[in-house]
Amino acid sequence: MIDNKDPLPQNSVSQDRISRRLRQLKKEGRMALMPFLMAGDPDLETSAAILLRLQEEGADVIELGIPYSDPLADGPVIQAAASRALACGTTPRLVLQMLKDLRGELFIPIVLFTYSNPLLNFGMERFCEEASKVGVAGLVVPDLPLEEAELLSPLAADYGLDLVLLVAPTTPKQRMIRISRKSRGFTYLVSVTGVTGERTVLEDRVQSLIKELKESSTSCVAVGFGISGPEQVRQVRAWGADGAIVGSALVKRISNAEYGCEADEAGVFCCELRKAAG
Amino acid sequence: MKSPIPSHPKDADLALSARPSANGRFGIYGGQYVPETLMPALEELEKAAEAAWKDKSFTDELQKLLHTYVGRATPLYEAKRLTSHYSRPEGGPRIWLKREDLNHTGAHKINNALGQALLAIRMGKKRIIAETGAGQHGVATATVCARFGLECVIYMGAEDMKRQALNVFRMKLLGAKVNPVTTGTSTLKDATSEAIRDWVTNVEDTHYILGSVAGPHPYPMLVRDFHAVIGEETRQQCKEYFGRLPDVLLACVGGGSNAMGLFHSFIQDTSVRMIGVEAAGDGVHTNRHAATITEGRVGVLHGAMSLLLQDSDGQVLEAHSISAGLDYPGVGPEHSYLREIGRAEYVAVTDQEALTALQLVSELEGIIPALETAHAFAWLQNLCPTLAPGTEVIINCSGRGDKDVNTVAEKLAQI
Repeated sequence: MIDNKDPLPQNSVSQDRISRRLRQLKKEGRMALMPFLMAGDPDLETSAAILLRLQEEGADVIELGIPYSDPLADGPVIQAAASRALACGTTPRLVLQMLKDLRGELFIPIVLFTYSNPLLNFGMERFCEEASKVGVAGLVVPDLPLEEAELLSPLAADYGLDLVLLVAPTTPKQRMIRISRKSRGFTYLVSVTGVTGERTVLEDRVQSLIKELKESSTSCVAVGFGISGPEQVRQVRAWGADGAIVGSALVKRISNAEYGCEADEAGVFCCELRKAAG
Repeated sequence: MKSPIPSHPKDADLALSARPSANGRFGIYGGQYVPETLMPALEELEKAAEAAWKDKSFTDELQKLLHTYVGRATPLYEAKRLTSHYSRPEGGPRIWLKREDLNHTGAHKINNALGQALLAIRMGKKRIIAETGAGQHGVATATVCARFGLECVIYMGAEDMKRQALNVFRMKLLGAKVNPVTTGTSTLKDATSEAIRDWVTNVEDTHYILGSVAGPHPYPMLVRDFHAVIGEETRQQCKEYFGRLPDVLLACVGGGSNAMGLFHSFIQDTSVRMIGVEAAGDGVHTNRHAATITEGRVGVLHGAMSLLLQDSDGQVLEAHSISAGLDYPGVGPEHSYLREIGRAEYVAVTDQEALTALQLVSELEGIIPALETAHAFAWLQNLCPTLAPGTEVIINCSGRGDKDVNTVAEKLAQI
């Protein structure tokens, strides 16, 4: 159980942590590196070690997946990671507990990646409250488009959490503007028409999408889905993105690592990505 | 705990404009819980459907094909031996079958597949994908794709491909590609997830023919509207055969498309009782069943908020039913709504009860119903003793049982 005695964080301090970090990096001519990992893959103890190692190797924000049985937006690599995490008993509550245990050691902003149903089942407000208590900075809900976010958006704000919204290559321009104005922390630009997973090349249209987003709102832009290594991180940096999210490529390295070496593998990869992100 | 069922739903709740509301909701149910990538396609589909229904050339073509290709109107058949089986000394209800099993491809599913294929052509989409459980929707989709020369990819759980080998062969014969799905439980839920992932990836040239009244808005409305012909014909036929509205409508519910098709045109006629029969598998008090409305809690699956079989952490549970078509942990949002406002009743029968009913209907009427359909028949044994003589009962005989004979033979051998 989460200890209820923790004081609520100062909302003014808590919210905007992500965008302030992204803007600071931009000033320094660097781009935010935002690795993704699945909590509980292969177990929560290992996830905790990986989180700390990623922080040590220069990750700016970490996107932490809460495993779900039916992840519609995910490709085979992250689906398999979620299955492994569920098989070893990972629950939303245990993920929050892990973050609570890491307070004092984990300083960089954590964004929780969760589908609608576990959130709804937990109780949206209760989830926001408890996530906020353990220091979570934001939420990404991949099956919650703009219209369905109306309920969660004010709740997240009340508890000082940034609700990050996604735009896709198929999103019409006017809609893209509405989404990026409503998004908090950053706007998550899905770089491919498709599910999560590594791609060998980034579509050229990502460049113009970044440009359009930057011109139409003040929101920071982080690019995700299909970024598989340093080369693509360099690419989106050159295109003007404020952040790059690397998911499947890291998750694959973690799952391929020998037991006990996951954090080392993740650290080596993160270090390569860091150089590319500046 | 479920909220108590109100006994008198309000007219406003029954109005067509509330089912769904402008934002795609049936009360709290429905909505569009999908990746952003699909949102423009859902809007395009909603607009295309709205325009199509207003376009006489579309409705004329649909009507013509429903008649000449599907074989509509389907008969409303008076099941006299079944009626007398349930008759008491003072009489009993009269049982009628709406013979959707006589449609081309052997089930109601083709009403929707045909309609959506015509829509896809209007939208200029050349590639069609669909999910299937029992294989009936897959066969119907493969059939219309063959008819119109559209590329067709069907997602089917590997487990279901084993149970429904005959339908897999039919789809292949019709030129469709059948992709086995081995993730999760390898059944309809996972096939649907995989079809949605394909759509997210190929949305620009692909139309997804969703096969039930489930999924994100506008699908629950769209699929219902293409099946509404079932209820519209039934209404006419009742008038013709006994000069009034029926008293009770009975249909099986997995996702709920055949039930919605029958119920839809009677919803505002509150004298008509509507009963949906779910699959209780080994029993609703075991953990092997698919009785979503009976046992589920509010959740989100495959793009819609509805009742859902889920564990205490919100992970979707594996459903179980002898019938692949009912083996689904979710249910169409309009059914959750009809239950909540007290307009429809939902009950559940076990695998064993469905098997017994299948044998009974085969022997008494010379009609082998699908295992899905057999669930609706199975409720008669509970229902009939409670009905006054002369009560007119309509069962949606949603599909024929040829595809199930192997499953049935195996089960009967075990008994």
